[in-house]
Amino acid sequence: MKRAALILLPYSWLIALFLIPFVIVIKISLSDIALAIPPYTPNLDLSQGWAGIKAFFAQLDFDNFRFLTTDDLYWKAYLSSLRIAVVSTLLTLCVAYPLAYGMARAPDEWRPTLMMLVILPFWSSFLIRVYSWKAILANEGLLNQFLMLIGVIDTPLTILNTNTAVYIGIVYTYLPFMVLPLYSALEKLDGSLLEAAEDLGCTRFQAFWLITFPLSRNGIIAGCFLVFIPVMGEFVIPELLGGSQTLMIGKVLWEEFFSNRDWPVASAVAVLLLAILVVPIVLFQRNEEKQREAEG
Amino acid sequence: MRRLSWFNATSLTLGFAFLYMPMIILVVYSFNESRLVTVWAGFSTKWYGELFRNEAFLDAAWVTLRVAVFSSTLATILGTAAAYVLVRGGKFFGKTLFSGMIYAPLVMPDVILGLSLLLLFIAVGLDRGMLTIILAHTTFAMCYVAVVVSSRLVSFDRSLEEAALDLGCTPWDAFRSVTLPIIAPAVISGWLLGFTLSLDDLVIASFASGPSSTTLPIKIFSAVRLGVSPEINALSSILIGFVTIGVITFSISTKRAVVRRQREENAVT
Repeated sequence: MKRAALILLPYSWLIALFLIPFVIVIKISLSDIALAIPPYTPNLDLSQGWAGIKAFFAQLDFDNFRFLTTDDLYWKAYLSSLRIAVVSTLLTLCVAYPLAYGMARAPDEWRPTLMMLVILPFWSSFLIRVYSWKAILANEGLLNQFLMLIGVIDTPLTILNTNTAVYIGIVYTYLPFMVLPLYSALEKLDGSLLEAAEDLGCTRFQAFWLITFPLSRNGIIAGCFLVFIPVMGEFVIPELLGGSQTLMIGKVLWEEFFSNRDWPVASAVAVLLLAILVVPIVLFQRNEEKQREAEG
Repeated sequence: MRRLSWFNATSLTLGFAFLYMPMIILVVYSFNESRLVTVWAGFSTKWYGELFRNEAFLDAAWVTLRVAVFSSTLATILGTAAAYVLVRGGKFFGKTLFSGMIYAPLVMPDVILGLSLLLLFIAVGLDRGMLTIILAHTTFAMCYVAVVVSSRLVSFDRSLEEAALDLGCTPWDAFRSVTLPIIAPAVISGWLLGFTLSLDDLVIASFASGPSSTTLPIKIFSAVRLGVSPEINALSSILIGFVTIGVITFSISTKRAVVRRQREENAVT
């Protein structure tokens, strides 16, 4: 009895505030824009009984999705988000791996402190961390001042408001998400395996490539999902650091909703984005469950 | 005792420099006299003064704080229940759906969560304001709490609970007097995580808020969209300072608690 209550409480909350909202998004993505409050049609009218329900379903159609395929903007935005997400996930992995590796090889008494140093930025505001790059990357910003001072460049580089700035922002803000799963995989690694490999004649690099890398696979998978999936729908970073040529679907959705007030098209954009992300999200969840069961 | 190789030392130094440099620069330039953020013109605290005279920011900060306290508390209760069900609940109808709904919001893009919640609030005729932001934040924060707490539940010795049950505890008593004290650090860090996520959230709050309830991130965002401003640097430095003190205090106190518990256990055996 109490068990049922314990299950029902979080379960019904998630159904009401996570699952049902998606059903509503799908429904509105099949509706048409209207000059009304709320700004879409049809609305379900239960007072007319069965006829009302039939009329409601008869008015739903796929026009918004058809519109998404006819206008270049949308599929270009999906492709560009995909490219930015893939490239930045790989970049984050390249930056995070040596850091996580160094942490896992550090003396034991340093580790809690190093761990805290990685978590600390993760706890401070995402928005502020993105914003902090604006002053660094601007044309008259600190990076250009520094590079001109040491004489590497004569004219300032344009970095802010380009895709390069977006990549830097993503790697910077998502780094802890990649480092933490990598670190927890690398930390468990048994050092004697590496010694055995080196005794058997492997070079350092071979030992790394044949033993450390494959054994950290779970961490790599988890980290890549944790970066790739949210970056696909990222809005803040392209908005603050990217320029007019930075096309990302999260920004398109935001503008459809807040600027154009076209809720049905915004919903259709969200449904398509979700359709793209369903496979990685399910894979991510499987991976997490597998690890939880392996530990339990 | 292992020593760091030069490769590992370099990657640690570079990695942490990358993580901390931008924030250090931000804090340093919040004390800049000049309105231009990129030119140093001498030390001054005037931007902090301006910040505390800015009513709009103070109002937004108050709204944000209340939202964060309410939503993280609710999320901790719901998330702990969810973690318990997930780890100890056995099999029940729709468990895969349940765990899917726990893990999906962790990675789901904010724009989708925000849009779908807003459309729900409109569909049921709920006026947008503080209540809707609290509901929205509770929903995604409870998933983080559930994950943090469930990883602690997985790792602890189940026989302790069973012993309590054998000795005549009701399941609720066993939970309160055995399980809860052991998972308490995870529950607390879940609450803190929910609290900071709520303080931090821009996208979901933008969808869920009405004109009467502007949160601090919404305010910051509309200011920084136009460019860099020293008041925002000052505000950011204050927030970074709070988080730093909070995280350091928390990690020292949990470390002390662990040491104390180990000492007690040693004394017993």
